[in-house]
Amino acid sequence: MAQLFKRRANALARLTLIAIPLLFVGAAVTLFAYARSDFWTRVDSPVEQPVPFSHQHHVGGLGIDCRYCHTSVEKSSFAGIPPTETCMTCHSQVWKDAPVLQPVRDSWQTGAPIKWTRVHDLPDYAYFDHSIHVKKGVGCGTCHGQVNEMPLMWKTKPLYMRWCLDCHRAPEKFLRPTSDVVRMDYRAPRDQLALGQKLIQANNVHTAGLTDCYTCHR
Amino acid sequence: MIGITRVNRALPITNHQSPITGANSIDEFAQGASEWPTDLSRRRFLQLMGASIALAGGAGCTRNPPEKIVPYRDQPEEIVPGKPLYFASALTIGGYARGVLVETHEGRPTKIEGNLEHPASLGASDVFMQAELLTLYDPERSNAVMKRGQIATWDDLLGELAIDAQKWKTNGGAGLRLLTRHETSPTFLDQIRRLLTKYPSAEWHEYEPLGTAAAGAIYHFDKAEVVVSFGADFLGSGPNCLRHARDFAAARRPGERMNRLYVAESTPTLTGAMADHRFALRPDELERFAQALMSGSDPLAAKIAADLQAHRGKSIVVAGEHESSTLQQIARQLNEMLGNVGSTLDYPNAVESGARGLRELVDEMRGGIVDTLIIIGGNPAYDAPADFEFAKLLSKIPRAIYLGLYQDETAALCQWHVPRAHELETWSDARSLDGSVTIMQPMIEPLFAGRSRHELLSALLEEAPSSAYEIVRAFWQSQHNALDFEMLFRKALHDGIADFQLSTGESLTSAPLPPPLTSHLSPLTLLIRPSLRIIDSHFGNNAWLQELPDPITKIVWDNAALLSPATANRLSLVSGDVVNLKFRGRMVRAPISILPGQADDCVTVHLGYGRTRAGSVGNNVGFDAGILRTSNAMWGGDGLEIEKTGVRHELVTTQNHFGMEGRDLVRSGTFAKFRQRPRSIARGNEPAPREDETLYPPVTYSGHAWAMVIDLNTCTGCGVCTIACQAENNIPVVGKEQVERGREMHWIRVDRYLEGDGPNSRTLHQPVPCMHCENAPCELVCPVAATVHSSEGINQMVYNRCVGTRYCSNNCPYKVRRFNFLEYDANRFEQPATRKLMRNPDVTVRSRGVMEKCTYCIQRINAVKIEAEKANRAIRDGEIVPACAQACPANAIVFGDLHDAESRVAKLRASPLNYGLLDELNTRPRTTYLAKLWNVNPDLEVGA
Repeated sequence: MAQLFKRRANALARLTLIAIPLLFVGAAVTLFAYARSDFWTRVDSPVEQPVPFSHQHHVGGLGIDCRYCHTSVEKSSFAGIPPTETCMTCHSQVWKDAPVLQPVRDSWQTGAPIKWTRVHDLPDYAYFDHSIHVKKGVGCGTCHGQVNEMPLMWKTKPLYMRWCLDCHRAPEKFLRPTSDVVRMDYRAPRDQLALGQKLIQANNVHTAGLTDCYTCHR
Repeated sequence: MIGITRVNRALPITNHQSPITGANSIDEFAQGASEWPTDLSRRRFLQLMGASIALAGGAGCTRNPPEKIVPYRDQPEEIVPGKPLYFASALTIGGYARGVLVETHEGRPTKIEGNLEHPASLGASDVFMQAELLTLYDPERSNAVMKRGQIATWDDLLGELAIDAQKWKTNGGAGLRLLTRHETSPTFLDQIRRLLTKYPSAEWHEYEPLGTAAAGAIYHFDKAEVVVSFGADFLGSGPNCLRHARDFAAARRPGERMNRLYVAESTPTLTGAMADHRFALRPDELERFAQALMSGSDPLAAKIAADLQAHRGKSIVVAGEHESSTLQQIARQLNEMLGNVGSTLDYPNAVESGARGLRELVDEMRGGIVDTLIIIGGNPAYDAPADFEFAKLLSKIPRAIYLGLYQDETAALCQWHVPRAHELETWSDARSLDGSVTIMQPMIEPLFAGRSRHELLSALLEEAPSSAYEIVRAFWQSQHNALDFEMLFRKALHDGIADFQLSTGESLTSAPLPPPLTSHLSPLTLLIRPSLRIIDSHFGNNAWLQELPDPITKIVWDNAALLSPATANRLSLVSGDVVNLKFRGRMVRAPISILPGQADDCVTVHLGYGRTRAGSVGNNVGFDAGILRTSNAMWGGDGLEIEKTGVRHELVTTQNHFGMEGRDLVRSGTFAKFRQRPRSIARGNEPAPREDETLYPPVTYSGHAWAMVIDLNTCTGCGVCTIACQAENNIPVVGKEQVERGREMHWIRVDRYLEGDGPNSRTLHQPVPCMHCENAPCELVCPVAATVHSSEGINQMVYNRCVGTRYCSNNCPYKVRRFNFLEYDANRFEQPATRKLMRNPDVTVRSRGVMEKCTYCIQRINAVKIEAEKANRAIRDGEIVPACAQACPANAIVFGDLHDAESRVAKLRASPLNYGLLDELNTRPRTTYLAKLWNVNPDLEVGA
């Protein structure tokens, strides 16, 4: 009886044996890359809000300090979202009839709060504290990007744990003088590493415990 | 070949038969959540596995749903989002206030602590204060005004009362009766007084099922060197027990001297467990013992009397509030003879409250005189003495109005039921035992539209509708109408203690004296006592207290009739046998539990169980011992008969064995030996290995080194640490069936051991949290590094890494790791939406399949660390207080930094009494213990 498979079939079989693992590896690499892509992490995609509040206008244009609205950033884990009252300090005088501000006026009249959509959403088992980061010289822009150029807010960082650890393992690469924390025009100097080392000393940053699990998770 | 179906048979069966009802208990949890499908074929198994792997992969790839941030419209000035605020107030038990500080997050109370400045708390808390939080958020509290079972409105009630008021004005309020519990609220008492003036024929009755604080003496245990107790559980119960425990601990800590405690009691109490010499005596023997102490007629009593004589003015004799008036009298006389009055105890001037008792009310109800009965608080249909047949009489009253937290037994029999605002929801005031006043302020708006008792009284007084705030404030303004009122009022709210002088005398005691016990005629004596857990019908539906093991028996979700081993032997009974208890013509069916240390021929039963309308948590838990409670035997008496039924009932405990089996888990010795050779007490059977006796590389800790020391000399074993931890760390309740399988979730438990044999054996309590071993056995076996060490020596548990192998728990010699088997957070005890408000936002709510354990309250450590670093200063010793240490009335738990040589914890670690539990395993625990000392009287034989 003649052979069912030609000799060529051997090569095909070998090829298949190699191809199957390659396919798995390829699929894994693709998935991994996808999970890290900006598309998946929504980095650089603007988030729709009930009121199209523009940081570009308020911070970049008018030069309002971050802490005017985010009042608890130096005191609490939560930086604070301004109450309607804060909006109305200006908008009862300027743009007081603008249709786009209608939700703000509604809130002011009815007492119902404005429901903003969270842009930077950490997992619930991560306990981030704004106040200590600001105090130790992590700039607002280091994590939130150039908000003074954002007409609507978006993330500029993926907020993955490895990204947190980049800084927790080597804070000297990112720290800035505490006086410059809220500055949007701050640019890291050429000798950032030297400055960072100096700031670690000056600001008493305890680097030993920074990568303990319980620093962020509890 | 072994089929999967066959393996399945070996798995435990969840539906077990209840021995009492004979019926299958309904599975408490989602069907199939805990068991394998019964006919699982190989093919089906592979399908399920494949599907779950695929789903697990898929589920890991979902995005978080978008979250909303909701700011205020006008942010209150004092609120910083993310930071808690603390408000002073008070909670009451039996009418007496214990000052509290309530932690609130954006208006939600999340934790209750003691108020450091309040004399009845001193910063400590009891289990009831802690558990009150769960009652506040209990979704089964009543939420609407009901008229004959139909929903009505508050205005409907006001309308009816207005019509009645016309009638009362003509007849002086004849037929109007008011029934309250023991009340100390100055505002409320003033309202009652005004009501009785307005309607002179109306009457006010008081019924306090707990009795009230015995005989009103104020004790100073810190000044006493010798204490003799006749059945008094001054450390474990009563309105002043937190202060007692703290004062007692101060005199107990071994140093140059140490106090000595003699306890003679019929049923084991927490105080008895602390005794250097404990005598288990029947009530009649107890009386003879006390008399012998007076006369010195008995050689043993004479030696104790001599010890008392040697400490004239520095001793205390105290008789339990449930004991006979003879004993009370003897205790009083002894204190006077010993010159203790004015030095270690004071008798404050007691003023009669003017309230009449329940008996008079019942007589009038029988006589048909009462046409309107207003019941404020309590649950008399459940807890009134059985011979009054109060429930039957109540259902015949033409109009009964009940202000209560729950739709309970009493609510069911009243025409009107008004939901009562919880003490944390409304304004009021209350006194503590020493007379100091706290103005109680609300932490949250009433969750279920509750009304305060002040509002109801104000409506009866036909005053203009006003809020509880206006009423309380107006009363205090009338007491102190001066320019500085506003300042004093605010200060009182801030401090939790009011400085006002009252112009009128106030009632403080109205204790119904227990009847004298007759001599020992019948073979068995019944002792009726309040439970140390469900002390009050108020807590019947409280799952934290139901699942908190009884400190003496370790029984959960049940009560039992307690017998001594000898008596049980004589009656050939074993634990779990169901018996009929027959007492003076009344009968109740109860499971028995054998309790070493119980006096022979005495049977103790605990009140508060066997509820029919407590709610879904408390219904049908245990038996109702109140059935045996009659007005002439409120705390029991002679004439009990026991009848075997042959039925068995499963009593579930968290600890099944009380012997140490020769191991040195709790190390103890006498004070005299300690003075001679200090190091001998804490030395273990096996020496701890040297530090370098390990194959692992040494680790050095450079920063902080957190550690905890638990002083076994002062720990009373009350269990408040367990429940404080539960409240702080969002620990779920699992239910009786799961506790039976050893799946309770408490992060700190209190182990109890018995030392020695016979009725006078000693009880040892040992709280056991995670030891945070430096050589932690759990860490080595975790395949995913979900439990690792921090640079500060904390054994960290990382929930989001844990895959649930449970290897760590298997390898933990202390068994302090808890595994969440069944999504406990979503079970019937935990699920309701109101419970979400209660959660501590600083602690993760864990899910199914994750190991968890004590973290040393890492959220509190981090909070203090962050604040200290922001202020650029070092952390002060004592600044970080874990929840267990904060609650502890005896200050037995001390936490701090070992690297700070001046810290209390470093000094205690250096104490000769310091030892590590199972330190022979070279785990090098960061949690250590101070060995227990007994200050035995050398004239009495040791162990006698």
